[in-house]
Amino acid sequence: MPNSMMPLTLVASIAASSVAVGEEVRVYNWSDYIDETLLDKFEQETGYDLIYDVFDSNEVLETKMLAGNSGYDVVVPTADFLQRQIAVGAFQPLDYSKLPNSENLWDLIKERTDSYDPGNVHAFNYMWGSTGVAVNVGKVTEILGEDAPIDSLALVFDPANMEKLAECGVYFLDAPTEIIPAALAYLGEDPDTHDPDTIAKAEAVLTAVRPYVRKFHSSEYINALANGDICAAIGWSGDVLQARDRAIEAENGVEIAYNAPKEGALMWFDMMAIPVDAPNPDGAHAFLNFIMDAENMAVASNYVYFANGNEASQQYLSEDVIGDPAIYPDEATLENLYTTRPYPPDIQRIVTRLWTRIKSGA
Amino acid sequence: MNIRRLLVIAVPYLWLLALFLVPFGIVLKISLSDLAIARPPYTPYLDLAAGLAGLKAFFAGLDFDNFVFLTTDDLYWRAYLSSLWIALSSTALALLVGYPIAYAMSRATPEWRPTLMMLVILPFWTSFLIRVYAWVGILNTEGVLNQFLMLTGVISEPLTILNTRTAVYIGIVYTYLPFMVLPIYATLDRLDDALLEAAEDLGCSRLSAFWLVTVPLSKQGIIAGCFLVFIPAIGEFVIPALLGGSETLMIGKVLWDEFFRNRDWPVASAVAIVLLLILLIPIILFQRNEQKQREAEG
Repeated sequence: MPNSMMPLTLVASIAASSVAVGEEVRVYNWSDYIDETLLDKFEQETGYDLIYDVFDSNEVLETKMLAGNSGYDVVVPTADFLQRQIAVGAFQPLDYSKLPNSENLWDLIKERTDSYDPGNVHAFNYMWGSTGVAVNVGKVTEILGEDAPIDSLALVFDPANMEKLAECGVYFLDAPTEIIPAALAYLGEDPDTHDPDTIAKAEAVLTAVRPYVRKFHSSEYINALANGDICAAIGWSGDVLQARDRAIEAENGVEIAYNAPKEGALMWFDMMAIPVDAPNPDGAHAFLNFIMDAENMAVASNYVYFANGNEASQQYLSEDVIGDPAIYPDEATLENLYTTRPYPPDIQRIVTRLWTRIKSGA
Repeated sequence: MNIRRLLVIAVPYLWLLALFLVPFGIVLKISLSDLAIARPPYTPYLDLAAGLAGLKAFFAGLDFDNFVFLTTDDLYWRAYLSSLWIALSSTALALLVGYPIAYAMSRATPEWRPTLMMLVILPFWTSFLIRVYAWVGILNTEGVLNQFLMLTGVISEPLTILNTRTAVYIGIVYTYLPFMVLPIYATLDRLDDALLEAAEDLGCSRLSAFWLVTVPLSKQGIIAGCFLVFIPAIGEFVIPALLGGSETLMIGKVLWDEFFRNRDWPVASAVAIVLLLILLIPIILFQRNEQKQREAEG
C-alpha cells in the first residue's frame, strides 16, 4: 500500500505547492516605490505570475477605478483619493482571514488612516510620508548664503528667494491637491479648507513664484535633483531621499537634503487596496499578505526611504531609515504634519481651474 | 443591386459605424449627462431593464448644460485657439521642411529612391513615445544639441529649448514629417519631366519652371500632407506633455484636466465633441480634395 500511495501524495504535494502556477496577479503601484527584488521573491514564494505596472499620479489611477474593469488586482491610491473611491464602491473589503501578517500592522498609523477608511476595512497602509522641500545644499547655500531657509516654505514661496534660485532650477510637484494646501500653510491658513475664498488666497502666492518654477512634474525631479540639474523642489520625502542616495552613488558631489517645513507639511498615506472587480482576489490577498510580512516591508522601506505602516518591520529597518527624522519623524515634527480630505466636485473644479491658471497663465 | 455589390459597400460602412459612429455616440451621450459621484461618474444611465420608462428617464436626463458651461470660461476657447495656432504653424513648418525632402527624393536616381523612402519610413519602426523621449535627451540644457553647439563655439551659454513652445514645434514637425513628405513625393514622382523641359524650351528659368509647373502640379500632395499633419497635431497631447512647458496651453491638456483631475467626464466629453466639430471642417475639405483629385484623374 505505501508504495502505491507514493505517486498520489507526490501529485498532491505538487498540486499544493504550485496551486497558483500560471495565474496572474496584476499590481498597479507608484513608480520608484518598491525594491524590485521583492517582485521576484513573490513569484517564487507563491507561484503567481506578477504583472507590475506603475503610475505617477493619483488622477490616472482614480480614472481607471472610476471606469471599472481596470484589470488590476492590487492598486495603491493615496488615502484621500481612496476615501472618494470607496464612496463610489471601487474596492472590495479585505478578507483579513487571508492576511495573517496583518498582525504586523502599526496601530498608530491604523488610527490615522481610520478617518479615510473607517475600520480600515478596504485598505492597509503601504507607505506614508510627507510633502516637503528638497534642496541641493551646496547650490542653495552658495546662492542664498549659509542661513538659507531650507526648513521653511519661504524658500520656495517667497519670490525674493525664488528669483535667485530660478537660474539653477526649481521643480514643483504637478499635484494641486498638495501644492495648494502647502501655499495655504505658508500663509498660516487652514491647509485642509474647502472654502473657495480661502483657497483663492493660495493663487497669489503661487502666481508670484510661478515665473521662477522651471517645471511642474511629479517624478522627474528625482533624477533632476540627483544629477544636480535643479537646486530645489517641492517633493515627496522618500523620493527626495532616493535622489540623495543616487547622487551619493554617482559620486557627483551633489548633496541633497529634505525637510518637512516648519510651517507644516502634508502627511499622506498610500494605501493598498483590491478593486471590487479584481480578476484574481485570492492572488491579490496573497500579494497583500506578502507585503505585510515584516521583513519584506522592511526591504521595501530600506529601498525607497519611506516610512511604512508595519510596526514589526521596524526591527529590520536600516539605521539610516528608522533613525532619519525625515522618514520617521519625532513627536514634535509629527505634531506639525497635517492631513487633507478629498475635495467635493465643485471645489475640485475651482482647484483645477486655479492650477491651470497658475501653470499656464490662462 | 446584387448581393456582392451590397457587401462591398457594407464593409466600409460597418467599419465606419464600429470605429467612428459608435464611439462618437458614447462620447456624445456622456457629454449630455451630469457629473455624479458614482462609477462611472455620470448620470443618467441607460436602464434597459426598465424598458420604455427607462428609456424615457434616460432621455429626460440629457441636456446641453456642459456645452453651455464651456462658454462661461474663456479657458476653453483660448485653449482651442492656441491648439489651432500651434497646429497651423507646425503644419507650415512641416511643409517648409518636408517639401525639399520630397523634391530631393523625387529627383534622386531610381536606384536611390527605395532607400530614401525607407529612411523616411524607418523611424516608424520605433515607438512614437520613445522617439519623443529621445528629443528630451537632445534638447536638454545638458543635451546633445547644446553640447554640440557649445563645443563648436556657436553659443557660450546653453540654450533653453526643452519645456518651451519651440520644443513642441520641433516635436510635432519631427513626428508628422513623414505624413507631409510621402504624399508630396507621390505627386512629384508622377510628374512628367517633359513638362519641365517644355517650360524651359518656352523660356522659363529653372526656378520659374519650378514655381509655374512643379509646385502647382504637386498641389494635391501639398494639400493632403498639410491635412495629415494638421488634423493629428491639433489634438496632440503627448508631445506638449513631454517637451512643452506648462505655459503651453493646448486643448489636449485641458481635456486631460477635465477627465483626470476634475473627474468630470461629462464636461471632458463636451470638450472632445467640440474639438471633433472643429476638426470636421478640415476633414470634410480634405475628403473633397481627395474626391476632386480622383475625378480629375478619371
